[in-house]
Amino acid sequence: MKDSLGAPQSLLVLGGSSDIAMSTARKMAAARTKKIYLAGRPSQRLEDNAAELRTLGATVEVVPFDAAATDDHDKVLSQVFATDDIDVVLLAFGVLGDQAEDEKDPARAVAVAHVNYTGAVSSGIIVGQALKKQGHGSLVVLSSVAAERARRANFIYGSSKAGLDAFAQGLGDSMVGTGVHVMVVRPGFVDTKMTQGKEKTPLSTTPDAVADLIITGLRRGSHTVWAPGAFRYVMSGLRHVPRPLFRRLPM
Amino acid sequence: MNRDVRDVAVPQQSSTDGVHAERLYGWGMTSPSVADVADPTAVEQLAELVTGAGPRGVIARGLGRSYGDPAQNGGGRVVRTTSLNKILNIDIEHGIVTAQAGVSLHQLMGTMLPLGWFVPVTPGTRYVTVGGAIGADIHGKNHHSAGSFCQHVLSMDLLGADGQIRTLTPDTEPELFWATAGGMGLTGIVTQATIAFKKVETARIKADIWRAPDLDGVLAELAATDDKYPYTVAWIDCLSTGRNLGRSVLTCGDFAKLDELPAKVRKDPRKFAPLSLGKVPPVPVSGLLNKMTGRAFNEMWFRKAPVRKEGVIQGVGAFFHPLDGIMEWNRVYGPAGFLQWQFVIPFGTEDTLRQIVERISAHGAPAALTVLKRFGEGSPGYLSFPTKGWTLALDFPTNTPGLAQLLDDMDEKVLEAGGRLYLAKDSRMRPELLAEMYPRLEAFRKLRAEIDPHQVFMSDQARRLHL
Repeated sequence: MKDSLGAPQSLLVLGGSSDIAMSTARKMAAARTKKIYLAGRPSQRLEDNAAELRTLGATVEVVPFDAAATDDHDKVLSQVFATDDIDVVLLAFGVLGDQAEDEKDPARAVAVAHVNYTGAVSSGIIVGQALKKQGHGSLVVLSSVAAERARRANFIYGSSKAGLDAFAQGLGDSMVGTGVHVMVVRPGFVDTKMTQGKEKTPLSTTPDAVADLIITGLRRGSHTVWAPGAFRYVMSGLRHVPRPLFRRLPM
Repeated sequence: MNRDVRDVAVPQQSSTDGVHAERLYGWGMTSPSVADVADPTAVEQLAELVTGAGPRGVIARGLGRSYGDPAQNGGGRVVRTTSLNKILNIDIEHGIVTAQAGVSLHQLMGTMLPLGWFVPVTPGTRYVTVGGAIGADIHGKNHHSAGSFCQHVLSMDLLGADGQIRTLTPDTEPELFWATAGGMGLTGIVTQATIAFKKVETARIKADIWRAPDLDGVLAELAATDDKYPYTVAWIDCLSTGRNLGRSVLTCGDFAKLDELPAKVRKDPRKFAPLSLGKVPPVPVSGLLNKMTGRAFNEMWFRKAPVRKEGVIQGVGAFFHPLDGIMEWNRVYGPAGFLQWQFVIPFGTEDTLRQIVERISAHGAPAALTVLKRFGEGSPGYLSFPTKGWTLALDFPTNTPGLAQLLDDMDEKVLEAGGRLYLAKDSRMRPELLAEMYPRLEAFRKLRAEIDPHQVFMSDQARRLHL
């Protein structure tokens, strides 16, 4: 159960090798979160993350989960919810793709859309239903500022996040009155393994800073969290920039 | 045209009719969850509501005055008892009352005070039900002289997980009786209880009110007044600093004798007519209570108290339930809500008490209306809160910066001193601390496993604290 200060006792991470998810889990484990499920494709990194969280006093279980394998989602996730109440689910999986290559190869482009959007729709629906049965719980969805307006430089990734973002908002509205809270998090450029080697854009941030904003958002019951917060205003401006001008902007 | 309805068959009433999803939270308005809520109007409906509760179980709820989550059951069922509100029997000669679980102390006072009887124990609000009073084994200003509520319960009927009702008395079934007393509703649903009342000549209190300049002062004054007054409490200022740290207003008294009342009141000496000052509007008033307004409020409260005034005649409402005059006062904390932190530590650990008051003062957490009191011997309740010592209760807005760490640190101090936190107030403690604070927790768990192996009775608090 979440306590009166918004601190959860249990956490399920979908995409357990995500840097933002790991920063969040680390901070939560240091407080009240003593039961953590790390779901993701089996890897050394996932195991290392689990081991690190255990040193913080949490009981951690690694759950083999592939966002792209939507047929397996129900079985895998139902098992987790059958064992425990889950206070917070962090939907953190996603791939950036390689825009230049993906533009040439439809199969590659579809793979990005499939993980980021279809995988999230599938697991999001299942998680929403499971939380509804509990009568409480939060689903935190890692979207992106790219979801607000797709850019020439990464519109395949951007459009998949735009779909995810719209889905999560709608899911949140559908959950009003059920005790379930859905929070959309829109980070800008975050310095993670996913963005390694990419050129930083303005207002770049770190996984730790995003994690802090997620934890505050959970305490407040926010619906949308921008990371950093200034993006809320930047994007509300950029949204209205005319297309011919927008595509010439150096970003 | 009106249809003739005389021949229309009345549909079969089922106890699950009217069960509806509702978002519930405690008095602190934090951590809500959604449950299927039933409002039974007859005791006969309860058995079906319990046996058909489903995998997430059921918990009873009264007037929702617990601060945290004990009367919530996310995804499960919640049985609100407030429509089971009949006073079943009154023995006017001996002051013994049998009432259904949903009868409030307000209702009991309204009925019994004119007859010359007062509830044996009342907390700071009279809007609690008999069932809630038993579930939390509540205490009041007379704990040092009268003990807790369940020590005045002669018998109670408890509906168990099997749907059967058992009559419990402290003599015939002491285990289950004292597991239910303070058991936070986890042993079953109390359907009715028989309670021994206290004889009073009037419905007025004769109170002595005076100030203590600092913490040492108030501790000494309270220790000295134990034998003198059946009802004592101190309001303590935890926001003042330096030599004013812990300055307090003591309010101590007893029910007035008839000849102590002014002539005008003597005509109707047992009239119970508490004042209502209105209601806090349902608009967000976020941030109304902060360090500055908290300090100003405390200053005002201290200044308006007399330096020393004896024999003040007060009504029951003014003396026992000052906040009940303002309906829904919990809204002043705004949408973020608030929590109450109440602990007891044994006599002889006054150093810890001082450290805690100093820490709160230094943190500047806006804790207005802090209450300090001495407890007498505890009851045999497995999870009953009061034990001999000092108890301090503080309200904090949940958006107070650094509150989680502050309270975690102070929990440790309380534990080190051999103290404990009050489950009816708790909404955030570490579950690991509970077994150390309540040595009989293991016995409680064992008993619960025997009488309710499938954990039919379940609450958000029980999930949070692994009760």
